[in-house]
Amino acid sequence: MLLSVRKIVKEFPVQRGLLGTPTAFLKAVNDVSFDVEAGEVVGVVGESGCGKSTVGKCIVGLHEPTQGQVLWNNKDSVLLKKDEKRDIRREFQMVFQNPFSSLNPRQKIKDVLLEPLEVHSLLKPSERLTFVKELMIRVGLSETDLLKYPHEFSGGQRQRIGIARALACQPSLIVLDEPVSSLDVSVQASILNLLVKLNQDQKIGYLFISHDLQVVGYISNRVLVMYLGKVVEEGRVEQVLQNPKHPYTQVLLKASMGSSMTLKGEPPNPVNVPQGCPFSARCPYVEDRCLTEKQELQEVEGRWRVACWKWHEI
Amino acid sequence: MSELLSIQNLEVSLKNPLNDKQGRVLRGISLKLDKGKRVALVGESGCGKSMTALSILSLLPQPPMEITGGTIRFKDKDISHLTQEEWEAIRGKDIGIVFQDPITSLNPVFTVGIQIEETLRKHLGLSKPEARQSALNLLTQMGLPDPARVIDQYPHQLSGGMCQRVMIAIAVACGPALLIADEPTTALDVTVQAQILDLVFKLTQQNKMAVLLITHDLRIVKGHADRVVILYAGEVMEEGTPNDIFEHAQHPYTEGLLASMPQFDSRGHDLASIGGVVPSPFESLTGCAFSGRCSKVKEKCRVEKPTFVVNETGHGVRCFYPSEK
Repeated sequence: MLLSVRKIVKEFPVQRGLLGTPTAFLKAVNDVSFDVEAGEVVGVVGESGCGKSTVGKCIVGLHEPTQGQVLWNNKDSVLLKKDEKRDIRREFQMVFQNPFSSLNPRQKIKDVLLEPLEVHSLLKPSERLTFVKELMIRVGLSETDLLKYPHEFSGGQRQRIGIARALACQPSLIVLDEPVSSLDVSVQASILNLLVKLNQDQKIGYLFISHDLQVVGYISNRVLVMYLGKVVEEGRVEQVLQNPKHPYTQVLLKASMGSSMTLKGEPPNPVNVPQGCPFSARCPYVEDRCLTEKQELQEVEGRWRVACWKWHEI
Repeated sequence: MSELLSIQNLEVSLKNPLNDKQGRVLRGISLKLDKGKRVALVGESGCGKSMTALSILSLLPQPPMEITGGTIRFKDKDISHLTQEEWEAIRGKDIGIVFQDPITSLNPVFTVGIQIEETLRKHLGLSKPEARQSALNLLTQMGLPDPARVIDQYPHQLSGGMCQRVMIAIAVACGPALLIADEPTTALDVTVQAQILDLVFKLTQQNKMAVLLITHDLRIVKGHADRVVILYAGEVMEEGTPNDIFEHAQHPYTEGLLASMPQFDSRGHDLASIGGVVPSPFESLTGCAFSGRCSKVKEKCRVEKPTFVVNETGHGVRCFYPSEK
């Protein structure tokens, strides 16, 4: 298995006492497990504050989970020795949402792309420049762009540079954190086409994080729907998008198609999550049982699972 | 038909202070809005949709921008050459505006109550207690939970969706005839987006208020507009009812926008992306503004500029070779 996430929990201290000891925590991710196989595209959908970016950052090692394990090629990320960890981290790269703040404004594109090769001692020094030139062409930019600085590019082009930087490490998995949400639709389409092509040609797996169910539905094989740090539904894209079982997935799907299905309220504050089902405060089908009983993922069919005890009826 | 707002051939130019180069932000926009109607202005970033909104309210940053041609008529009055005092009587009273980012648009050092009361007291001359009562009613009408508490809170204590409801409350406080909503839901979560749009359109019906909805997202337009105007490089490319635009698009740009929306149904197919980028205002365009990126471009498009042709049903398009559907 390329990546296994086992029951991870990530808490952030939000309040500190007199001596600096944390007194209140925000549970950004609460007991999330999933696997990504080689070459597979897994989408993570949810609203802001649902913990989808935190999951992504735990996977590439930018956050260390408070509990649970992230297994890279079946090895526990926390227990690895420093050198070993660096080697294996090369295979897990990330592309960030904001193409403007994720590139160093003082670095030429050439240096942006050469740096990962140097850090990981990939290729012979004499071959690196040729490789970087090929990389630029592969992502749809030209060789001459290597000498430019980030401000000379548009948002879509910068996102291509971000993708090229991730590809420079020859990864097996790229975590894409809202890679197209700051772009115009026509540019968005060309970036998605590029990502699909890279996935097919080079069998690179993606963890595709987005708030837009249609984008995720277009690119992914499997999808996880998150709400307040919990996975509420997971399954193959055909299953989840054609016949969503969880009421929250149903709302997201309607919203992503432009029809308005009004849901009362807003996502609650992750600092005090409701007891029972996290969605109970906004759910149109809520009953007394939902308010007190925690919902675990239960099987609908194979790996299609949903965290709602009423899924048969709705 | 009673016409509320009519823009004719509006041109806005932009001067680069470093080299005195002149750029054209709007290249002759014409737009009509009837009383109580909802018009959506759609386009990619840099096409001039926000500049159109700012021109209507005379809020363009001058310099470097300047209105260089055309007329803007509101309630049968030319409003393009009003004085600052005359403007202050219109903005917030007859025309309300909601901006994209609700958190930065509200003043962080005043409670939301004070910010709503301010417009009520200035434009309607209400006393302090009257204004407070009225602000409370507005917040209730906006669907905010616990309005009595929210009225004394500061913007940072509220979520993005709640701040946007406060913004809308301020914009509609004096019962304007026109509400300009500039990307009102772009910064919000999808489930909250639908709530805000529903609220705006409920208000349109109750108050007979017209709405100019500015957005880059064609999907939200579908159920929320009477007419759709597609803007590109400072020009109107196509205009019609949502049915005209979504089912019978004639302009290659509109077709491109529709085809490039990623959907579950289009899995496994390449998305039709529009090559190239939106031309900069400093580029001089000969022929059709879209010719550089159009997939159906012919020789004529590069030299001659197409006129805006409206058919008998009111569906207008600026293209020599519109699609027949």
